[in-house]
Amino acid sequence: MTTYIIRRLLIMPLILLGVTILIFAMLSQLSVTQRLALYVPDSPRASDLEGLAEQYGLNDPIPVQYGRWLGRMAKGDLGFSKTGKQPVGELIVRLLPASVELALWSVIPILVLGIWLGVKSAVNHNRFIDHVLRIVSITGTSMPSFVLGLLLLMVFAGKLGWLPTGERLSPQFRQLVDAPEWITVTRMYTVDALINGRLDVWLDAVRHLILPVVTLAYISLAVLQRVTRSSMLDTLRQDYVRTARAKGLAERVVVMRHARPNALLPVVTIGGALLIGLLNGAAITETIFNWPGLGKRFVDAARNLDIITVLGFTMFQGLLLIVGNLIVDMLYATVDPRVRLN
Amino acid sequence: MTQDSEAIGAVAHSIHPISPDVPFVDEPIANVVDRRSVRYVVRQLFSNSSSIIGTVLLTAFAVIALAAPLLAPCPDDPRQQRRCGPDPYNVPRYGFSQVPIPPNDVYRFGTTPTQYDIYYGVVWGARTAFKVGVVIVGLSLLIGLTIGALAGYYGGWIDEGLMRVVEVFQAFPFLLAAITLATILRTNPNFTGTMPAILALVAFGWTGYARLVRADILSVKQREYVWAARSLGAGDRQIIMRHVLPNSIFPVLVVASLDIGTVVLSFAALSFFGLGVPDGYADWGQMISSARTRIPSLVEDWYIVLFPGGAIALFSLGWNLIGDTIRDILDPRLAGGE
Repeated sequence: MTTYIIRRLLIMPLILLGVTILIFAMLSQLSVTQRLALYVPDSPRASDLEGLAEQYGLNDPIPVQYGRWLGRMAKGDLGFSKTGKQPVGELIVRLLPASVELALWSVIPILVLGIWLGVKSAVNHNRFIDHVLRIVSITGTSMPSFVLGLLLLMVFAGKLGWLPTGERLSPQFRQLVDAPEWITVTRMYTVDALINGRLDVWLDAVRHLILPVVTLAYISLAVLQRVTRSSMLDTLRQDYVRTARAKGLAERVVVMRHARPNALLPVVTIGGALLIGLLNGAAITETIFNWPGLGKRFVDAARNLDIITVLGFTMFQGLLLIVGNLIVDMLYATVDPRVRLN
Repeated sequence: MTQDSEAIGAVAHSIHPISPDVPFVDEPIANVVDRRSVRYVVRQLFSNSSSIIGTVLLTAFAVIALAAPLLAPCPDDPRQQRRCGPDPYNVPRYGFSQVPIPPNDVYRFGTTPTQYDIYYGVVWGARTAFKVGVVIVGLSLLIGLTIGALAGYYGGWIDEGLMRVVEVFQAFPFLLAAITLATILRTNPNFTGTMPAILALVAFGWTGYARLVRADILSVKQREYVWAARSLGAGDRQIIMRHVLPNSIFPVLVVASLDIGTVVLSFAALSFFGLGVPDGYADWGQMISSARTRIPSLVEDWYIVLFPGGAIALFSLGWNLIGDTIRDILDPRLAGGE
């Protein structure tokens, strides 16, 4: 297994390099004005363009520009965000807690419910509960998340008025969390509210989280449920399960102790991919619910043609994805002895 | 293919190429069934309720798409003729007020806040969906198959190098990368209409097919009939064209055609953000995107979400249901499970 991990670790910088090359290739497709935004915060006047272009070496050969750009990037300078009105790096740090909070709250339902429902479905194969759960999962995989989000908004926020339509906190608390008396540790309101001992703020934050989390989690949950069910059904047909039953073990023991751990192997890979894919879904969810996270800012920047922000975020997300994949691979190697001993 | 669907495809579909040249020896001879015959496929399609529903849904959409000029003809109003006369994909627009009109006798599904006819958009949107789906999957397949086949057949350094390229492309979250590329392409006047979105989705979608085809080829390469052909003196190219490719490609083609449903979802997401099609184009995602500005009053404006959204959901549902059945046909091992 160590050779496997070492091999992956060695390849990772290569992939990162490839990612930077791809991003730079996209960057070089832009006009001079847009590329200048990497160095100059304000839009330059047309007359200054040539001078600035020379000054920042935008007419140099591509490899030279790439090297220079890579150097700046390595130091953490991702350029200036037109839409965010601050350097991209700072923007990412500022918006990260909101997205992380949303992701963390979604991960638990996805993993817990997805696997539990999938196992339940497989164990009760073709009975009523299986059919019900299959309908739940197939609607989940068919519905686009923005439609789901809008429908939830319509029903729960609009018609029934039980839940808010967006944002992270109700207006009365928004100033509170920026005030100096408020102890800010993680900038995630569900955590900080508990640290500050304010249950009312905590409840408000949770209320605002419900619809976005359901929207974000439902589809991934449905996918995980289908995969778990499929894998579990496969496993339950294996010979060693028949042996366990023949030995007279209680059905529950057979399922929980023998079948389920093996069934979960492919689920680890898919589950990892899904969690990493939360980045995608978050963009849509955050846009619909006006959630001030990375996804929403990304989409806003894209629509306003603020390419620097878009590329900076892409760089960041690419890095996250590569690291995430590595972790999932290592996890899979730990869990599946066949990979380890290979 | 999105990363999710690729992962699922890899798990749920096993590499099971069947050559017509070699008898299917794993089954008792008496029960030999040609799983690739059209008759068997059709029979399976009608064997359970979910695939019947899927077939009905997709046929309905195909009919709607084909009959679009009959179901939603360009209205006689000369102002509208200027929009949908030359290009029927331009949705008629009845004015410039910002208030949507609920369904009534004239506008069967109502209008969007910017006065686009939703009924027209949904009907012609079916055509757009098929068009866009087929084009994107087709192009992705072309690229993916080429690269995957090269990597799989030649192995060695070519394989390693190409797979690293695949990994680089897969290092980007699919939708976000597509958004990035679509945005960049849109600044370039050479790419108009649906091209930025299509190219963006293709650019990050081909990787799934490359990996699938490579895995299939690696498996097929070891089969006896390839050794046999080689020992008879067949050259590399002959082996690829006549033995390896046909058997490896078939499962990938099937997975690809099922991906049309997922691709339409991704394209709708791009359109929802305003990055897919030009304004006023007949596309389901485009119709829903105007709901973004009406979130406080969504209950009164329900038709903006329900009709196009329902279309997307049902379209996708149809593909998913049929997909399950086709996957069962491809892999007999899973047939007893689903």
